[in-house]
Amino acid sequence: MSMKLGLLALLSDGPTHGYQLKHDFESRTGGAWLLNVGQVYTTLQRLERDGLVAPAGDDGDERRVFGITDAGRRAIDDWYAEPVVVAAPPRDELAIKVLLALAADAVDVRGVLQRQRTATIEQLQEYTRLKRQADTDEELAWVLLLDAMILKAEAEVRWLDLCEARLRRRDAAADATTKTDGGPR
Amino acid sequence: MTTADQPILELDRVWRVHGSGHTAVEALRDASLTVSAGELVAVMGPSGSGKSTLLTLAGGLDRPTEGAVRVLGQDLAGLGPDQLAAVRRRTLGYVFQELNLLPGLTAAENVSLPLELEGMRPGPARDQALAALERVGLAKLVDRFPDDLSGGEQQRVAIARAVVGERRLLLADEPTGALDSVTGESVMRLLRDACDHHGAAGVLVTHDAAHAAWADRVVFLRDGVLVDQAGPLAGPEALLRTEGARP
Repeated sequence: MSMKLGLLALLSDGPTHGYQLKHDFESRTGGAWLLNVGQVYTTLQRLERDGLVAPAGDDGDERRVFGITDAGRRAIDDWYAEPVVVAAPPRDELAIKVLLALAADAVDVRGVLQRQRTATIEQLQEYTRLKRQADTDEELAWVLLLDAMILKAEAEVRWLDLCEARLRRRDAAADATTKTDGGPR
Repeated sequence: MTTADQPILELDRVWRVHGSGHTAVEALRDASLTVSAGELVAVMGPSGSGKSTLLTLAGGLDRPTEGAVRVLGQDLAGLGPDQLAAVRRRTLGYVFQELNLLPGLTAAENVSLPLELEGMRPGPARDQALAALERVGLAKLVDRFPDDLSGGEQQRVAIARAVVGERRLLLADEPTGALDSVTGESVMRLLRDACDHHGAAGVLVTHDAAHAAWADRVVFLRDGVLVDQAGPLAGPEALLRTEGARP
């Protein structure tokens, strides 16, 4: 997603300046995306150029304050109204690596799967450790972000398990064919 | 007196072979695993990989074909049936997917029963049961019957029963099986707590990576062989995103 939408979403609560936007964005999203304040101001200028925000004076400390325009409000309403489209098919490195390993005779696919499984579970342990230390009531955004990362990692392990189960089934079927075709009589 | 790294469970080059000759099935092959006080170890692997065999051997419900299973340093093979039964009652706690709570007994009675079977008088046994139920957050529901408790609450009773009397080795087989994610997580917190704060060692068999991640170590079984092990990440790369990202 673009930073534009994130800033617009915050500005729909009321006018503010770039430093406050940076702070609010990071705290409300559990620190999933750390913003550079220079980028925040550049983005605000683009939003102003596009008519989605407008200058609203300064905060008394010479920091420029911006407010959302009607066009900006319509843009953010549209964003919330539309589901996020997840690109398919996935082009992530893991899926591609496993598919290529499958086709390469010299590669130990099961080894690739197991090394990945170990690494992903270690990452899961780390997320889980952070979740154990978090206060579910006080740090809800942080906990929800960890939940999202945990579920993605868990899905990856399940996919690795499924790859291995299908490989076993394929190899068992191949063994059975070899025995019927070429085995001693 | 126990120390933090005292081995509670040791599987020493354990083999378990069912049958013989052509039809022999090697359920566990040369498996070695040590679990110390305060440590929770998860065992993962596809069905038929030997997970349940490992757990039944650790619980003294079966004997290895070769190798040794030691609990608190004691080789289970050297024990007679009565001694083995005593170790199972005093030292081991089981949490299974099938809860096996007795429907005619209240939560408190279900938890105090193993203590009374050990010869403890009903008063002190109930006191210990209440303390165990408080640990799992059920202080207010001690006199409810299992049917009047939710699935998550029943699993908490089962955990209280597994830890009552300061058992040292907890053996859990898919303990979060039928529970929703949040309830399953609270069950994992309790198992973790039993190891962290009460000096128990835990072995958790699960197919669920998110639950296995609550363990200190995750070991993988394939065709009866322990093939790999995952532990906590070390070094700054472990915190690459998460720690730095926190506001």
